[in-house]
Amino acid sequence: MSQAVVAKLKGAFAASVLDVKEHRGEVTVTVKKDEIVAICQFLKDEAGYNFLCDLCGVDYLGQEPRFMVVYNLYNITTKERLRIKTPVEEQGACVDTVSGVWSTANWHERECWDLMGIKFAGHPDLRRILMPADWEGHPLRKDYPLQGPGRDPYQGRLS
Amino acid sequence: MGVTQATEQVSGVENYNNVLGNNILTTSLDKVVNWSRSRSLWPMTFGLACCAIEMMATGAARFDLDRMGVLFRASPRQADVIIIAGTVTHKMLPVIEVVYEQMPEPKYVVAMGACASSGGVFDTYSVVQGIDQVLPVDVYVPGCPPRPESLLYGLIKLQEKIMRERNSFGAAIGAGDVIPG
Repeated sequence: MSQAVVAKLKGAFAASVLDVKEHRGEVTVTVKKDEIVAICQFLKDEAGYNFLCDLCGVDYLGQEPRFMVVYNLYNITTKERLRIKTPVEEQGACVDTVSGVWSTANWHERECWDLMGIKFAGHPDLRRILMPADWEGHPLRKDYPLQGPGRDPYQGRLS
Repeated sequence: MGVTQATEQVSGVENYNNVLGNNILTTSLDKVVNWSRSRSLWPMTFGLACCAIEMMATGAARFDLDRMGVLFRASPRQADVIIIAGTVTHKMLPVIEVVYEQMPEPKYVVAMGACASSGGVFDTYSVVQGIDQVLPVDVYVPGCPPRPESLLYGLIKLQEKIMRERNSFGAAIGAGDVIPG
């Protein structure tokens, strides 16, 4: 069933679909970030993915492009899932917001900005959501020091 | 000779009784103030993590903090002691500071558990590595989380510490500061 959706998606956005993978019944589609809003709107309207379960960022430090934004979609009617991934380069690190498609993306994108430092263009209220408002840096990036910028890195147990 | 001393003491008490009547106790003002403070130690109702569950158990029927005069108050303005029960994050720290500053003097701080004492297992960017970096801690209660007996023991230790304070009456009427116990 998901493969039929993927075929429809390929038909509508042939130039944007980079990769399709199926692993243990989970379908993951990697797309270019330029048309992400149109693709999400298409999946919501035409394929019935009316619920955004989760939106998160992944840091592949050392690879190019460095970041990946992952959209986990759910169709409440047919109980089907689909995962959309879009690569984001480190320079500028920005994706268009999908908060106009699913309202729940608003806070998810704020979390992604707070912890990963990926900006979302057109977001209505892109503030930090978990860390204190005056925090500097994005703690879930792989190159962020675990114990914070003000302390020496962990050297192992002293005892 | 011992008998003579005892007789003198008895006659001394009788003299007091003659002058003051029965049912009069003499003591120092500091002792009265310390006694009343340590026997009505009202903690701020304030929990942060799993330690708060143990704190609630300590206050409930089985361990019964009430019998020691320890009654949880829901307002910092009525509280004498704040039990930091749980992990203190940098985001929560300003809230704790505001609550602490709203408490009237004299006020005491109990750091309950490993997290409040030292950050515990959370050796990360988001967790304060011990509340003693910000507030003056009187008693540290170890454990993860401490059992209710531990918290009770910590509060008894705090009572003993309050009983050792000097110039507590003088400080209350504006003559100098309390000399900590």
